[in-house]
Amino acid sequence: MIGTEIEHLIKLISKLPGLGPRSARRAALHLLKNRESLMLPLSQALGKAAEVIVECPECHNLDTASPCSICASPARDRGILCVVEDIADLWALEKTGSYRGYYHVLGGTLSALDGVGPDDLSIPHLARRAGDERVREVIIALNATIDGQTTAHYISDCLQACNVSVTQLAHGVPIGGQIDYLDDGTLATALKSRKAI
Amino acid sequence: MIQWQDSGIVLSVRPHGENGGIVSLLTASHGRAAGYVYGATSTKTRGVLEIGNLVSATWQARAHDQLGSYALELEKSYAADVISDAVRLTALQSACALADKTLPEHEAHPAIFNGTLALMESFQGELWDASYIFWEIGLLKELGFGLDLTRCVATGAVEDLIYVSPKSGCAVSAPAGEIYKERLLALPPFLRGEARFEEEDILNGLKLTGHFLLNRVFSLANSNLPEPRLRLEEKYVKRQKA
Repeated sequence: MIGTEIEHLIKLISKLPGLGPRSARRAALHLLKNRESLMLPLSQALGKAAEVIVECPECHNLDTASPCSICASPARDRGILCVVEDIADLWALEKTGSYRGYYHVLGGTLSALDGVGPDDLSIPHLARRAGDERVREVIIALNATIDGQTTAHYISDCLQACNVSVTQLAHGVPIGGQIDYLDDGTLATALKSRKAI
Repeated sequence: MIQWQDSGIVLSVRPHGENGGIVSLLTASHGRAAGYVYGATSTKTRGVLEIGNLVSATWQARAHDQLGSYALELEKSYAADVISDAVRLTALQSACALADKTLPEHEAHPAIFNGTLALMESFQGELWDASYIFWEIGLLKELGFGLDLTRCVATGAVEDLIYVSPKSGCAVSAPAGEIYKERLLALPPFLRGEARFEEEDILNGLKLTGHFLLNRVFSLANSNLPEPRLRLEEKYVKRQKA
């Protein structure tokens, strides 16, 4: 009923996050109906991106330039290094516009269950970067989960030998959050890290 | 459809598919039981599924031997209490990993469930590390490998007990153990009822329970102690050296 090329296209689209076979079929049909305006530009964009996007050897960010535009920027503060789990976190922090230092993308978190150890992440590389005498502070911006915090404690131990201050993002009440809707854990952590006003 | 409701402590979460997860709980009346959780990675559910959290669980399946699925609601977030303390966090991970790897499925162990809850509560206090050793001794007992630390295995003496036999798991008094002391394990004073909780005693306690967990439980399955348990002992070794 469906040609092998279309089947193949649907199969590939269904591998994207958030898409199953049914939504992949809809997406494939939409692409085929908008061949000139969407399908061809998309295929060209995909080919181009696969060709030119590389991993930054400094921070492990993805960019068309190597080192990436963040690492190559002289306007940034070379004394601060922000450690994030993956590139989506780097983008989220960049979107705030309030951080002007450099980044280090770990590529995951330590997880005994999934067999992810320090050597599977870029932790040894981070220790080398933190050893640079220009670095004053390492900000650990990892998720407030068990795995994220285990990784944060591990990094903090690894960086003890470096002459840098190791800090961590605060945990607590989100902006616009209502106290009676917060879970006990977040509230307890917010209480522990209260500050004078 | 078979269904039950119980309180449970989250022991492990394994991602399954794009959004789901297989969650292992230590429940009060149904022992360790696993189930599938729909949307385990969603922002709403992710916080509930941190290991060590106490949840109210509804499990349902077509048959007893099926994986089944869970509907979970957070009762108390113990993970949040320890997340900022590296050693407490490792101890929580270690307790959950040990319970997950050693307890049989669908076999009630109310003593271990209550002991684990007490351990989670103790993390807010100062003497949590001694509580942790008592918890591991309780786990060994529940698994059928209880230690007898009340009298000397050689002489029957109840005084001056400072060693433990690595073979029998029984206490050995100072005079009886003198000639074998290199091969015996140290018995920390707090396990004899003394109120002494030095870091060295905690490390000796970890070595003691670690020895029996490894040789009587994990070696039977040709495996090592769980990684968080090894990391916990390593942290005390480092503290001793510092």
